[in-house]
Amino acid sequence: MKNLVKKHSAVYNNFSGFLFGVGQFFEFCFRFLKNVFMPPYEFHEIKKHMDELGVKTLPIVSVTGFIIGVVLAMQSQPILARFGAESVLPAMVSLSVVRELGPVITALIFAGRVSSGIGAELGSMRVTEQIDAMEVSAIDPFRYLVVTRVIACALILPMLTLYVVFLAIFGGYLAIILTQNMSLQLYVVSVVEAIRFSDILPGVGKTFFFGFIVGIVGAFKGYNADKGTEGVGKASTTSVVLASLLILVTDTVLVKITLWIWP
Amino acid sequence: MAVEMVKISHISKAFDDFVVLDDVSLSVDHGENLVVFGKSGTGKSVLLKCMVKLLVPDEGEVFIEGKNVHTLSNKELKELRKNIGFLFQSAALYDSMSVRENLAFPLIRNFYFTKKEVEAKVKRALEMVSLEHAVDKMPSELSGGMRKRIGLARSIITEPKLMLYDEPTTGLDPITTKEISRLIRDLQNQLEMTSISITHDLACAQIISDRAVVLDKGKIKYEGSLKELTASTDPFLHDFFTSDTKED
Repeated sequence: MKNLVKKHSAVYNNFSGFLFGVGQFFEFCFRFLKNVFMPPYEFHEIKKHMDELGVKTLPIVSVTGFIIGVVLAMQSQPILARFGAESVLPAMVSLSVVRELGPVITALIFAGRVSSGIGAELGSMRVTEQIDAMEVSAIDPFRYLVVTRVIACALILPMLTLYVVFLAIFGGYLAIILTQNMSLQLYVVSVVEAIRFSDILPGVGKTFFFGFIVGIVGAFKGYNADKGTEGVGKASTTSVVLASLLILVTDTVLVKITLWIWP
Repeated sequence: MAVEMVKISHISKAFDDFVVLDDVSLSVDHGENLVVFGKSGTGKSVLLKCMVKLLVPDEGEVFIEGKNVHTLSNKELKELRKNIGFLFQSAALYDSMSVRENLAFPLIRNFYFTKKEVEAKVKRALEMVSLEHAVDKMPSELSGGMRKRIGLARSIITEPKLMLYDEPTTGLDPITTKEISRLIRDLQNQLEMTSISITHDLACAQIISDRAVVLDKGKIKYEGSLKELTASTDPFLHDFFTSDTKED
């Protein structure tokens, strides 16, 4: 009986802790939204973070983008050949990459690289009292550290996604010409004919939300880190897990909305 | 008649079931230099953080220049904080900024100085702590003593009326401890600041204090001049100060 009560109280504690965390996260998001439109606007800091985040993630997303295109084309070619539909391969590769694979995979890689970085950076600033020092110096650390990073993430991810999409489509072409004869001109024409505005806008547009998620989750975990270096490590790892999960959940919702708007 | 700079009125603070501060009241006059002693975990740092609203007490009030810190609006609190300097135990220098940027940061963000004026203030603050040569170094390139000095320079660069020192000499060798303590005293005299310092270090307190209080189990147990406290025959004070002297 005692064990059962203990077990139930542990479940209750975990559940109430989870709800408390969710509440804190929404409060943090609300604080961001309250601050984001209020001057002074930290354009210089936002630009600096965009530069840093872009440069930091460029090599890994370049490789990934290229490989997505190559692998997708290589995998799809024999399947389409079975149905005699090899001619739709460029359209298939480009649509898959523009609508889903490019945005989601770029966002997940971005989350792994950037969310953990922001979590660790702000976490270490928290435990070494740098955030407190800023606050005592009459500087709002939330505006300076959190708002700028989240905006930078939300703006840079769509740009990185466009770059990844381009590389993936190019990778797809290279994979196709290894096995069949297709001119670059024909490939480009097929791709351009297949992609519509209603494919690009939701595909790239949703990465704005993914970028926001990456930034806000990393910042939330880092800003609220405690328990010394252990807390910094925890902030770093949990921010990647939570950001990735939220990206996938948000993607499901946004796909549904997209299909509702552009059936 | 002396005018109160800081008045702490019946503040209490607990973390879960652990009571850190229990009905603490204290006042510090303009230009006075108070030292707070106490064993580790007796709530000294919590007391300091409650003064600047880094922590919110469960009960009680803190007044600085007659303003209740915990009922001020964000804007009013920001204005008040511009007149307060805080030296953290770890110096809390911003890792990603050079020494110059660390010092210039509060000036650029909070005041309307020209680039030239900022540069001149940075230079003067570094001269005060004798570290002009470190202006372009990053915090990771500095020793513990240098970090403390730069932290001190950053705290005083805005010429605050009130300085709060959280263990300014902890972890330093005896010579650097004396240097930092003298530096704090000289700055207090030059800038006519009020100060509250938390320390375990008797040597440091002897140099910088006008008055001292001893915190024990979340309460102020003793108050008086350092001379009175060190000469006391009270067993707790005797143990506290003699062990401190022996350690030094």
